[in-house]
Amino acid sequence: MPLHSSLSPSPTPSAGFHLAGPAFAYGHHPVLAPFALDLAPGETVAILGTSGCGKSTLLRLLAGLLPGGSPALAGQVAWMAQQDLLLPWCSLLDNVLLGVRLRGEQPDTGRAMTLLGRLGLTDWADAFPATLSGGMRQRAALARTLMEDRPLVLMDEPFSSLDAITRAAMQSLASALLADRAVLLVTHDPAEACRMADRVFVMAGRPAQLKQIAVLEGPKPRDPLMPELLPALRAIHAALATTGAAT
Amino acid sequence: MIARLRPLLTLCGLLLLWQAVVTLFALPPYILPAPHRVALAMIEHAGLLLGEAAVTITEMLLGLLFGALLGCCAALGLLVSAAARRWLLPLLIASQAIPVFALAPLLVLWFGFGMASKIVMAMLVIFFPVAVALYDGLRRTDAGWLELARVMTGDAPQHRLRILLHVRLRAALPAFASGLKIAAAVAPIGAVIGEWVGASAGLGFRMLQANARVQTDLMFAALIVLALCAVALYAAVDALSRRMLRWQADSHASSHS
Repeated sequence: MPLHSSLSPSPTPSAGFHLAGPAFAYGHHPVLAPFALDLAPGETVAILGTSGCGKSTLLRLLAGLLPGGSPALAGQVAWMAQQDLLLPWCSLLDNVLLGVRLRGEQPDTGRAMTLLGRLGLTDWADAFPATLSGGMRQRAALARTLMEDRPLVLMDEPFSSLDAITRAAMQSLASALLADRAVLLVTHDPAEACRMADRVFVMAGRPAQLKQIAVLEGPKPRDPLMPELLPALRAIHAALATTGAAT
Repeated sequence: MIARLRPLLTLCGLLLLWQAVVTLFALPPYILPAPHRVALAMIEHAGLLLGEAAVTITEMLLGLLFGALLGCCAALGLLVSAAARRWLLPLLIASQAIPVFALAPLLVLWFGFGMASKIVMAMLVIFFPVAVALYDGLRRTDAGWLELARVMTGDAPQHRLRILLHVRLRAALPAFASGLKIAAAVAPIGAVIGEWVGASAGLGFRMLQANARVQTDLMFAALIVLALCAVALYAAVDALSRRMLRWQADSHASSHS
């Protein structure tokens, strides 16, 4: 059973988020150790780990998608998953407006079109998702995430289904467009972390614990091949390698 | 163009075969009338057959409408209420073991010789495929879409109905469409069985009458009109569901290009 977990975000989102929670377990299998993580506005924190280490569980817990997850963050979170989750029967414009429609609010078509335009999708606003490439679909998913206009953005390996070139372009685009938000990015790609994140954590162990591995300086998005990033990249690889060997 | 003509050519072949059987075995018209005799009967009794067809089509359409509505209500009820799933679902499935034929006399007894008993009959046949298909579709909504919707609405209860409308029901439309197509295919069965058991009008009633009077050519004519009605109903429902699922048709088109 999940222990009663009360995530305690700070009352004012403009001051950033203090994300903390008690241990989490599926039945008798411990998954997460108690955790605490501070996130400032405009800061991106990347969490890396091997498959099944519990990093997605942490994200889903914060998003309120797990039993015992707290509603404390409800209304402050936008969610971007590995799949684009575009509704196939809606045009891109209607997909971007989905959150507004589900909440019964007045749809701001102008703002949605502006966002689609910033992502180079103006000409496809009326197209169905199935007619678009994977990269365009993920750009539309990013537009939908931005339309939600939430201070905290949770991203669960959002670009892992894209090819290498498209992925790099998407990482840069997302990093630029999310510059003023607090972003928690779960990924398995050290280069993605170096391109987009200010701080990098590795998650390992059972129950899983977060360990800060690197603090990255300089404006985002970065070129992960910059020589200054090499030590951080090495440290992340080393941390992942030891956890990989341990499990 | 050739693809469109193909079923027509097959039909011509079957008509030739029919004529050949009649000629070869020298069958009397009251056993198997030749195609031209049936065609003549169709022309001779055109007014009568059209009148009967109107009755049967009305029964099928109303049965389809009410049966589909009832099926939708049942599917939604099963989705929303765990109690309904526990108490009603096993009974619903078991009820399908009862042959509808066996119920027809009862329905005529209760709802009379008029249209009502046939509509109820058609409803009973149509209700199940629609309910099962829609309920299945509603349960199989992509978990990712529902999670996204929950994060967007903050899991607030006042938004659940909108999630049902905008996500769950829309996602279940393909399943509903295939249920509706099965329903359209069985609707004539319901209507005609009702007419056989007890009726004063309709194509099924006319077939029995013609049979009793050894008007085999008229019986065949009524049968052909019935078949045409059934095909037309199916084609109409198929076209409707294609329109409803335009986005899906588009995705097929793009995957082939």
